[in-house]
Order: sequence, then structure tokens, then C-alpha cells
Amino acid sequence: MTDLSTTSPLEGEAQFGDYFALLKPRVMTLVVFTALVGMLVAPVTLHPFVGFCAILFIAVGGGAAGALNMWWDADIDAVMRRTAKRPVPSGRVTGGEALAVGLALSGFSVVMLGLATNWAAAGLLAFTIFFYAVVYSMWLKRSTPQNIVIGGAAGAFPPMIGWVAATGSIGLESVLMFALIFLWTPPHFWALALFMRSDYDDAGVPMLTVTHGRRATRVHILAYTIVLAAFAVWLAFTPIGGPVYLVAAVALNAWFVKGAWEIWRRDEDMAEADKYLTERKVFKFSLLYLFLHFGALLADAALRALGVI
Amino acid sequence: MALQVEHELHRRRRSRNVGLGLVLVGLIGIVFGLTVVKVQQLGATQSFDHVVRPELLPGEEAPQ
Repeated sequence: MTDLSTTSPLEGEAQFGDYFALLKPRVMTLVVFTALVGMLVAPVTLHPFVGFCAILFIAVGGGAAGALNMWWDADIDAVMRRTAKRPVPSGRVTGGEALAVGLALSGFSVVMLGLATNWAAAGLLAFTIFFYAVVYSMWLKRSTPQNIVIGGAAGAFPPMIGWVAATGSIGLESVLMFALIFLWTPPHFWALALFMRSDYDDAGVPMLTVTHGRRATRVHILAYTIVLAAFAVWLAFTPIGGPVYLVAAVALNAWFVKGAWEIWRRDEDMAEADKYLTERKVFKFSLLYLFLHFGALLADAALRALGVI
Repeated sequence: MALQVEHELHRRRRSRNVGLGLVLVGLIGIVFGLTVVKVQQLGATQSFDHVVRPELLPGEEAPQ
């Protein structure tokens, strides 16, 4: 027997799936979907294969940022139940490997996106990776309760990158798509933080619920949701909006504001009494909310392409 | 101990190796596909090559 086969036991060997898990595939689906919508609603049409490659490189860039985040956050991931099974805290992949995968794929995705589309889109992708890995993960996540707000910005860039990949410039519509995700993230995660109470406390991540109290979190959810509703409906009156989006935005935002209002009205006793039923409902609905907004944009783009509107 | 063609290490790392292989094949396909699309988008790429090509002269009908 050689020492190679004795030092790492079979079950501890990292499989391909473990490296793939470094890229946060579930986050990637949202990145792919929003970037795709950003690209398809743009007034410039890319060659389908170039478009496919651009989405792939944006997804890989997002995945690279995820790997860098897992390298940096392995210590707190190990403490939280939700994240303890990730490849680095569980010991299947070393921190150094995660760092290497993250850096290599960052460089690869940015260069390839630049070659496939344009360097403005590539620069925006590079900035997004930097923002998520350095500004959010390394700097602000552990130091401010506004971490969710800042992290939301990183998640909000993909539709803008998709738009820039197609058109070469930013434009109001892509800024509003950015605002839609940026303003949606805080109420979405704070609703989660209200009913998943212990995880972030154990890890020592300053969540708003801990630093400013649960009452303040409820106020923040309502405030962000109202601002979000204004921006979401505004998007309907830009060239990429249309009847489907307008109807969807009005209905979904009315529903979301009503949910946030109910969260704001409740106190902890009421929430404990029904085991955070309203908070859970709003959290679940918020996922659908984002998906349907971007789906509606896509529907209007399809109607425009068919000449219906 | 006799030399083995297939070491136990190969078996343990099979999924990594196969996965990486597929990723590399995919990368080749993507770079090749992008090249084809980009070159097609250039349009006509011929130029003068020692011999005058009448169809490239601006504003002149090509002689029959």
C-alpha cells in the first residue's frame, strides 16, 4: 500500500459534485434566470449561441463568487445548521481548494464573457464577484446589520449584466431591474430571520433581528416593501414593461405590501402563538414574487416579438 | 507488492476525473462554437491577395 491510499479514506474523498456544490447551484438558478431575462428583454438581440455562452459565463462567475464566499465563511458555515454540510466546513474540500476554484473560475468567466460579448459586461461581472466576495463576505457581513442590504446588491447585478451583454450600455431599464432585486432582498431575508431565530445568533453574524430587535426588523420589512412596490410598478412604464407586467406588478405588490403590513402589525406574542405563520407565508410568497416579476417581463417581451403589443 | 494497472486511487477519483474531462470537452465545444459564430458575423472576409479581385473594387461592376 502506498501512503496516498491510506491518508484519505474513501468517504472523505471529494467527488465532482462537491466541487460543483462550491458554486452554490441553487443561487445559480436565480442568477441564470434573472440574467436571461435581462438579456432577452434588451432591445438588441444576441446570436443564440453567444447568448447561451454569456449566460453560462455569468453563472460561472456567480458560482466563483460563491466558492470564494465558502472559502472565507467556512468558520461560520460550520456553526449554522443550514450550512454545516457545505463542502468546506464538512471537510471534503479544503479551504485552499475552494479559494483556488473561486479565483480560477472568476478570471475565466470574466475573460470569456468579455470575449463572447463586450468588456463592459465583463467589467460588471468582475465588479459583482469583487462586491460579493470582498465587500459583502469579507468586510460587511460580520460587521453591520445592513449586511443583507449590501449582499442584495451583489444578487441584483445579474439582470444588469445580461442587459449590458446584449446592448453594451446600462440604461434605465436595467437599473430598475437591479432595484427590483436589491430592494426585494431585505424583506425576503428579514422575514426568514424572524422565524429562523437561532442560526445567525449562534454564528455571531449581526442580523437586524439581533442588533436592533425584532420590532425594528418588522418596521424595516414594511419600509423596504413600500419602496420596492414603487420601483416594481415604475418598471411597467419603461419600454420593457407591458400589460402582463403591469397587471402582475400591481397584483403582486399589493399582496406583498399587505403581507409586510401584517408582519408590521404583529408583535412577538402573536407570532409565537401561531408559530410565525404570517412571516413564513410572506417569505414563501416573496420567492414567487421575484420569479413572477421576471416571468412577466419575459411574457411581455414574447408578446412584443410576436407583434401582439 | 505487484504493480497494478488500476490503482485504488483511480477508482476513488473517477467521478472527479470524468467530470473534469466532460468540462474540458464542453469548453472546447464552446470556444469552437463561439469562433464559428464570430467569424460568420464578420461577413465577407476576403481581401486582395496579389491578384486584383474585381468584386472587391468599390463602385465598379465586376466584368463578366
